[in-house]
Amino acid sequence: MDDAINILQNEKSHQVLAQLLDTLLAIGTKLPENQAIQMRLVDVACKHLTDTSHGVRNKCLQLLGNLGSLEKSAAKDTEGLAVRDVQKIIGDYFSDQDPRVRTAAIKAMLQLHERGLKLHQTIYNQACKLLSDDYEQVRSAAVQLIWVVSQLYPESIVPIPSSNEEIRLVDDAFGKICHMVSDGSWVVRVQAAKLLGSMEQVSSHFLEQTLDKKLMSDLRRKRTAHERAKELYSSGEFSSGRKWGDDAPKEEIDTGAVNLIESGACGAFVHGLEDEMYEVRIAAVEALCMLAQSSPSFAEKCLDFLVDMFNDEIEEVRLQSIHTMRKISNNITLREDQLDTVLAVLEDSSRDIREALHELLCCTNVSTKEGIHLALVELLKNLTKYPTDRDSIWKCLKFLGSRHPTLVLPLVPELLSTHPFFDTAEPDMDDPAYIAVLVLIFNAAKTCPTMPALFSDHTFRHYAYLRDSLSHLVPALRLPGRKLVSSAVSPNITPQEDPSHQFLQQSLERVYSLQHLDPQGTQELLEFTIRDLQRLGELQCELAGVADFSATYLRCQLLLIKALQEKLWNVAAPLYLKQSDLALAAAKQIMEETYKMEFMYSGVENKQVVIIHHMRLQAKALQLIVTARTTRGVDPLFGMCEKFLQEVDFFQRCFIADLPHLQDSFVDKLLDLMPRLMTAKPAEVVKILQTMLRQSTFLHLPLPEQIHKASATIIEPAGESDNPLRFTSGLVVALDVDATLEHVQDPQNIVKVQVLYPDGQAQMIHPKPADFRNPGPGRHRLITQVYLSHTAWTEPCQVEVRLLLAYNSSSRIPKSLWIEGGEMAPQVETSIEGTIPLSKSVKVYIMPKPARR
Amino acid sequence: MPEIRVTPLGAGQDVGRSCILVSIGGKNVMLDCGMHMGFSDDRRFPDFSYITRNGRLTDFLDCVIISHFHLDHCGALPYFSEMVGYDGPIYMTQPTQAICPILLEDYRKIAVDKKGEANFFTSQMIKDCMKKVVAVHLHQTVQVDDELEIKAYYAGHVLGAAMFQIKVGSESVVYTGDYNMTPDRHLGAAWIDKCRPNLLITESTYATTIRDSKRCRERDFLKKVHETVERGGKVLIPVFALGRAQELCILLETFWERMDLKAPIYFSTGLTEKANHYYKLFIPWTNQKIRKTFVQRNMFEFKHIKAFDRAFADSPGPMVVFATPGMLHAGQSLQIFRKWAGSERNMVIMPGYCVQGTVGHKILSGQRKLEMEGRQVLEVKMQVEYMSFSAHADAKGIMQLVGQAEPENVLLVHGEAKKMEFLKQKIEQEFRVSCYMPANGETVTLSTSPSIPVGISLGLLKREMAQGLLPDAKKPRLLHGTLIMKDSNFRLVSSEQALKELGLAEHQLRFTCRVHLHDTRKEQETALRVYSHLKSVLKDHCVQHLPDGSVTVESILIQAAAHSEDPSTKVLLVSWTYQDEELGSYLTSLLKKGLPQAS
Repeated sequence: MDDAINILQNEKSHQVLAQLLDTLLAIGTKLPENQAIQMRLVDVACKHLTDTSHGVRNKCLQLLGNLGSLEKSAAKDTEGLAVRDVQKIIGDYFSDQDPRVRTAAIKAMLQLHERGLKLHQTIYNQACKLLSDDYEQVRSAAVQLIWVVSQLYPESIVPIPSSNEEIRLVDDAFGKICHMVSDGSWVVRVQAAKLLGSMEQVSSHFLEQTLDKKLMSDLRRKRTAHERAKELYSSGEFSSGRKWGDDAPKEEIDTGAVNLIESGACGAFVHGLEDEMYEVRIAAVEALCMLAQSSPSFAEKCLDFLVDMFNDEIEEVRLQSIHTMRKISNNITLREDQLDTVLAVLEDSSRDIREALHELLCCTNVSTKEGIHLALVELLKNLTKYPTDRDSIWKCLKFLGSRHPTLVLPLVPELLSTHPFFDTAEPDMDDPAYIAVLVLIFNAAKTCPTMPALFSDHTFRHYAYLRDSLSHLVPALRLPGRKLVSSAVSPNITPQEDPSHQFLQQSLERVYSLQHLDPQGTQELLEFTIRDLQRLGELQCELAGVADFSATYLRCQLLLIKALQEKLWNVAAPLYLKQSDLALAAAKQIMEETYKMEFMYSGVENKQVVIIHHMRLQAKALQLIVTARTTRGVDPLFGMCEKFLQEVDFFQRCFIADLPHLQDSFVDKLLDLMPRLMTAKPAEVVKILQTMLRQSTFLHLPLPEQIHKASATIIEPAGESDNPLRFTSGLVVALDVDATLEHVQDPQNIVKVQVLYPDGQAQMIHPKPADFRNPGPGRHRLITQVYLSHTAWTEPCQVEVRLLLAYNSSSRIPKSLWIEGGEMAPQVETSIEGTIPLSKSVKVYIMPKPARR
Repeated sequence: MPEIRVTPLGAGQDVGRSCILVSIGGKNVMLDCGMHMGFSDDRRFPDFSYITRNGRLTDFLDCVIISHFHLDHCGALPYFSEMVGYDGPIYMTQPTQAICPILLEDYRKIAVDKKGEANFFTSQMIKDCMKKVVAVHLHQTVQVDDELEIKAYYAGHVLGAAMFQIKVGSESVVYTGDYNMTPDRHLGAAWIDKCRPNLLITESTYATTIRDSKRCRERDFLKKVHETVERGGKVLIPVFALGRAQELCILLETFWERMDLKAPIYFSTGLTEKANHYYKLFIPWTNQKIRKTFVQRNMFEFKHIKAFDRAFADSPGPMVVFATPGMLHAGQSLQIFRKWAGSERNMVIMPGYCVQGTVGHKILSGQRKLEMEGRQVLEVKMQVEYMSFSAHADAKGIMQLVGQAEPENVLLVHGEAKKMEFLKQKIEQEFRVSCYMPANGETVTLSTSPSIPVGISLGLLKREMAQGLLPDAKKPRLLHGTLIMKDSNFRLVSSEQALKELGLAEHQLRFTCRVHLHDTRKEQETALRVYSHLKSVLKDHCVQHLPDGSVTVESILIQAAAHSEDPSTKVLLVSWTYQDEELGSYLTSLLKKGLPQAS
């Protein structure tokens, strides 16, 4: 550091100076405790602040921002150095002649704030001046600074220039930032719109101004279309269509009273939502969302504007506004005319938009029965137009029904088309539209006991059928003449008290306790337990993860035991060959299962990983033994033995902390004999391993808290098409793949698409990270295109498409271990060691035609 | 005092025949050259005889700038350049250059072929006129001559509309033409940097209007069309060929795409096809969405919109038809209207303003029975809707632009006098700049105080820098140097260099002054007293007592001598050079006050 400072004093080149200061900054940030050094560096920086080059001044300010002393008292302790007020020094450079330096000064100030220094309120006025700077980066940074100050001193009072009034600082800042929403540069506009969202302390009076834009026409006040719509609605006359002059201006306006550029917040969002750049519009919608979440009255007001955004030309904006609406839907009730506009979007051809809208409808409040009816009609229309939306629409209607039972009630006769006197024809039970209607009604009936009285006979029959086939959509109803089947456990029981959970625990404990049963008995017990667990997983979806996980482990154990029971160990060498296949297959299967256990479950902890690796090690040992017994000659064995010992060594290094838990286990014994094994001949090693494998005990697998099995379903292609996809051979055809993934962590890196051609050729496709959407926690949606190509075929044939989970066992092990090991370079994350099939494969019918000449 | 003079020949407190003369820094520029729709006599064109009665206009004008292709901004161009006579450059943007002749030709056809006017410009004249056009790009600075430069900014409004900055030296004028501050479906919003012109000439069509959000109108429009089409009805949208028509096309096209609708949309052929072709070519002039999607698909290559054929009007089923002209006064739109008016399932949507007397105006004002030619009475059963899609900035937008450009003065044109009055008052109140609104033929003169750039020699600057601290913007600094004015450029150099350059010998100028002092003591002692006095007063100057008895303060010499007549009076001789004038005069005044009494 001294060197650097010394060079600094003699250096003339500005570039070198700037670089040196950079070095000092790096040094300073590495030594955050050393006050003296920091003071010294700050001192150096202050000296060079007067440099003529903007680069040097920039760096100085950066240094000050990063290292400037946080507390003045600390500064006073270090005698000899002048006590500097860092804020004042930086503040002086707000009026530097170079815009880059001004930006750096503001950034430094923000840096100080980030480091926990309380900025002075005086900065506010300085920053306000910078809002009218000529350069966009300065304005953008200034907006940020104003926001910071407004969050620090929201309640202090500032005077309004040119009048005697005073307002709260946060309101003033809000007004100023709102003004920046109509700035000339879109970068600043985005910044301003974003920050508006987080100013929740602003008073509601100002907040509501942002949506207000006084319209006038020839100096006469005009009502906005929103106001007119509202009036029409409240006067009972609905949507008469617009007449010429319907929006004719009403009252005269006093010319003096009109303020064309309100310094306040007037219409900021109106402008932001109409902006040219969609980035600004998205930012504005986000800000609206945040503000509306904190203020219900504002939510009510901004509704009209959000609904308008549903018609934006850019899909992202539409999607964003639908999501926003969903987030604030607890605070609002849609008017009928608004609902009308919302529902119009259901016909959008983009699937994302429609599904977002369904989600929105799930949690909207509708005010009238006409509204419900309208929604139902539109949803059914959507269903006929896009049959693939079936599940999403049913789900949507489920919530719509359960939220508005009283509104659905008067609609029931009409919906079921029942007649007081005549029996009507029984509707088709497989019609998705009819099911949709029933889902709505049954969910409403759950809380409305009078409703079942309106049902006709066949409705009850259909109820019974749907309750079985679509149990997730149809709730249990208290129907006359039949008992309520208490199926669901009330949710307030904790998992431990839950009988099914207890059953799981008990059955596992039974297995672990009965270790020294005769082989036959153990095998049977394991088989039964595995069966029990699998059935349990099917019945109780919340326990499915744990049950499957345990079952897989037990299956591995079972396989291992079976393999060791094989006769091959007793018969003479020449007869091994046939039987060794079984053992080898078992070893291979165990390996596969262990990889599944390690990578297909989310929530697996380190203690489970140890057990899994241990099991894998046993499988490898088995493999080694079997190969040793079946191969003649010693040479290949050398290599295998060595590899195996390396694995053991690796295991020991990785899980050294967990070794005490592995008492009496295979590895425990193995490590005891390690010195002997290292020097022993392969044949000897094999012998030792064999005895150890037989003696080793069955390790207890601790159950993780939260475990979920990763799963995936391919929605599209559905695999039902009889029409082959025709394309010219040698060229490519794009196949749309749409799949939902559950409980997959980091799907962007690990989920792959595999295409299997009839000739056995397999192709692995890496979907782009942007193809994954995240609609909810633990859920992902993959919508991508897969390119297929092949040489010409004589007739159409099916290719298989499925999803794979790629894994790399070294990536799970913490990096620090590698560094301690010291010999391995950090692994490349993307390398793939193997894959696990994640979904069922789907067949796609394709036909590459020979190219026409 | 340098001046900027502005004289509107048209569009002064009026809408139509925009034509504004600007004299700036000795250059004369004509902004726009339009026709007036309200007149068909000589008043339809600006009165060019104002510029010169005889002789060619080329001698009086340095250049002509056309802001966009609307006829009220370019309609008089062939008349002006070919019939009156102008051979100088005409500047316009490329889309304007491409579309302008189509519209001029159309205008000529209607005037000559339909109305049978004589003495009108010919097709050849339009061609000749367009040969004089120089195309400019956005933000490209074009040097018209050594001093005059112009620069175009994006203005929205219609394809290729631009605002122009005209600059001579450090004086500048910005002319906005027509502009739009809110983006629409195919164009972006006007934008200008903080160029701080001396004068901003802005349109003020909607000086007293603040408009509602565009989205409501769009939504209403789409909803109406959608409902009618779903009912199986036909929708007629009368439009003018360029501008709004394309916006509405894009709007419907994207809506059709989004909603996956199948009903056909037709566009009446002719002029429009050609124009659409140009819209396809000038993608950089459109808005963000169109520019972004251009890579996949040109938005103006309509998928759902097809060319209209007369026979389609009778075909059954729902359809949407765009037909010209926009006010339903003649042509195809009227023909279709007559066919469809009888059914209440159908709908006509008027997307713009209609002049009194046209069919469009009649049906908008609620008339249900129309008398057509031949005493036929047409009963209008179809629904009539009005939607305003206008592309001018509203009062708020104008204020926003003024705020962005930060001009010293504002001048309003292209609007009604009464409305301008209001806006003028607002501008003066909010920005504290003076605002003008001249009538046609009225001249506004602004005196400017342009800053004159002076080049300083590096040597001098470095010497100055070495002396003191950094230059501070807020404090004036005194600097010694020589100003050399040579062929209209100014340089500030050190005096030595100036002498060398000009080949002059240096003259020394010395001031001497005698100060009488009453002192009985000897000269040496007087000198010593003077020395100690000065030493105590002038602490930060170097005061020296030389061995020969004289005192120096910096380079000022003070000698004491006995008065020849009165020995009790001593004469102090103070001598200083011209450069030390400040210190010298201070010193003499100090000495004149006398020395303090010896203690």
